[in-house]
Amino acid sequence: MSETRPLALHVPEPEARPDRAPALACFVAPPAGTVPRPAIDCRAEDIRPLAYDLIRVLDDEGDAVGPWAGSWTDDALRTGLRHMMTVAAYDQRLQLAQRQGKTSFYMQARGEEAIATAVQRAVRPDDMHFPTYRQQGLLIAAGYSLVDMICQNLSNSRDPLKGRQLPVMYSARAHGFFSVSGNLGTQFVQAVGWAMASAIMGDTRIAIAWIGDGSTAESDFHAAMVFASTYRAPVILNIVNNQWAISTFQGMARGDAATFAARGHGFGIPALRVDGNDYLAVHAVTAWAAERARRNLGPTLIEHVTYRAAAHSTSDDPAAYRARDEASQWPLGDPIVRLKQHLIRKGWWSEDRHVQAAAEIEAEVLAAQKEAESYGTLRTGPRALGRDLFADVYKDMPQHLLRQRQEAGL
Amino acid sequence: MPTMTMIEAIRDAHAIMMARDPTVVVFGQDVGYFGGVFRCTKGLQQAFGRNRCFDAPISETGIVGAAVGMAAYGLRPCVEIQFADYMYPAYDQIVSEAARLRYRSAGDFTAPLVIRMPTGGGIYGGQTHSQSPEALFTHVCGLKTIVPSTPYDAKGLLIAAIEDDDPVIFLEPKRLYNGPFDGHHDRPIVPWSQHDASEVPEGHYRLPIGHAAVRREGRALTVLAYGTMVHVATAAAREHNIDAEIIDLRTLVPLDLETITASVAKTGCCLVVHEATRTSGFGAELAALVQEHCFFHLETPVLRVTGWDTPYPHAQEWDYFPGPDRVAKAMTRLLETPR
Repeated sequence: MSETRPLALHVPEPEARPDRAPALACFVAPPAGTVPRPAIDCRAEDIRPLAYDLIRVLDDEGDAVGPWAGSWTDDALRTGLRHMMTVAAYDQRLQLAQRQGKTSFYMQARGEEAIATAVQRAVRPDDMHFPTYRQQGLLIAAGYSLVDMICQNLSNSRDPLKGRQLPVMYSARAHGFFSVSGNLGTQFVQAVGWAMASAIMGDTRIAIAWIGDGSTAESDFHAAMVFASTYRAPVILNIVNNQWAISTFQGMARGDAATFAARGHGFGIPALRVDGNDYLAVHAVTAWAAERARRNLGPTLIEHVTYRAAAHSTSDDPAAYRARDEASQWPLGDPIVRLKQHLIRKGWWSEDRHVQAAAEIEAEVLAAQKEAESYGTLRTGPRALGRDLFADVYKDMPQHLLRQRQEAGL
Repeated sequence: MPTMTMIEAIRDAHAIMMARDPTVVVFGQDVGYFGGVFRCTKGLQQAFGRNRCFDAPISETGIVGAAVGMAAYGLRPCVEIQFADYMYPAYDQIVSEAARLRYRSAGDFTAPLVIRMPTGGGIYGGQTHSQSPEALFTHVCGLKTIVPSTPYDAKGLLIAAIEDDDPVIFLEPKRLYNGPFDGHHDRPIVPWSQHDASEVPEGHYRLPIGHAAVRREGRALTVLAYGTMVHVATAAAREHNIDAEIIDLRTLVPLDLETITASVAKTGCCLVVHEATRTSGFGAELAALVQEHCFFHLETPVLRVTGWDTPYPHAQEWDYFPGPDRVAKAMTRLLETPR
């Protein structure tokens, strides 16, 4: 006869909270260059361990090692570094602009700069991303206008979205960037639908889906996985695991039982786990998945392991819920520092050039901000038109909205 | 002119649009090989191939979410939710995504898609196959909501919906699929072939979205109805010899306010009828609009006959359903109101 005891609910808790030292020992960064690079047409079941391993190219010395290292020109790598540095500089300016009251809200990508910028360079300009709110790197690496980006954040008279959207919820169809939603996870299955459409029409373009670790708990994630698997959609399914969903640690969305990448296995979707702070590794894995998609071999799930070094948003203070030095002790380091180290080791960069580049980038961002502010900010100068409040609800404005616009005096 | 059931008319609208426009794709649970549980997509996969008409996993979130992505690509998806009662998992994709995409992206992306769903009760479907959730859509800006009441309208409005550049919710009263059901559940079923509106032209035609139809002219009172209730109200007026003007709204958003106000200005008396639950139902919006726009013409209060504010019951279906007797009773009460 078995012993019957009262049941007990397991509610996961992170290793450390603000009252304790960071406890990242549980996360061990494996050596770079050790994970094999499978054939493009491999089956999901052939590469199961890759959902638990961590694909890394840059080692601790800054060398690019192993089968995922690829071959790079000095120009291409310097461009990658420049994109990441631009994201960081842009974030700093916009964070400050929010603190100065020029806009209501901002979200930085500090610590995660490598992911969006490297993914963008590994796919084609006419592919379509379905991003979350932390993929500003996609736009910057696609050469989208910094002035337009800032105007969106300031909701001013030149805001491409006419003042209707929260800051950072960009939309840029011509740059392969789908409109960002504040409802989490919805874009993941939409990306699969876009990819299905591309396949239905016999197109060659692919879709790239983005979701955070916390939002994988949404049903949209599950629906996206089912649809991607069922219809073998040409889509790359990116999970950015930055460890924190506001104050909720990643264990709350998955438990301790498996990795996020391992969720691909139940759907027969090849799944890879990559060092998200390694520009080269992110690029290599994405290029592999993109080729699979373009060869009609179907979807690939990629977990980008990284760390959200800054607050969730300007409305958030991580000091209230996570250990103080966790970000600086993150075992995968800083993506900008790591690529810089690699470039220097190759003889393609120097500390002096880095300082000079940082100054140039800062000046470029500042000039863009100045121009953007000349078109107004949320609180001063010209703003998005009140009249635009009523446009674009429908293609043609129906009678009831015409009456309401008249009532509003706009 | 051929006569069609509403099912045949809907199927015909699909086939015509799929033949005319290669961007029209049709999918949903059981809609591919089998042709849908109500057979509205029968033969489409065979005629147009599996890439144009296919089965979907049992995931309303996935069906609508994928459709939004396809629409963003440039297709015109026309998807089926098997029963309107099943649409709740897709509600976020409908409300936060499809309905707002044009607005939030300032026209950078749009969602020209149609979401069809059988609605209403009367088939012993219990609480999960009988609901009328139209008010959950009319409350959402950015959506258009259509409820046809005849095969002729169903075809012309579905073609208009597929050609429309905004997301359209297309609610098909399932009790009207095979005949003009007038609420007399204990009488033999009348087939569509005996009804004028089953004469459906071949080929492409489009009915304008946002136009009501006056189904029966009258001077004593105005009845505002849509879907099944148009036939119920017509039966009530005929059987009780009431000079009622019956307006079939056909489209709830955008609403044909002109036809409504012209009729109420004439009759001075208004009854609103729908099968959905009463509180915060679309009838409340209609009653509010009528008093805002026709107050000085009104000689009686605006009354509502609706489903009760309960879940749709199984065994008590006909106690719940607002049939012709209840509608006639309300008409009589309005006409007997001292003026």
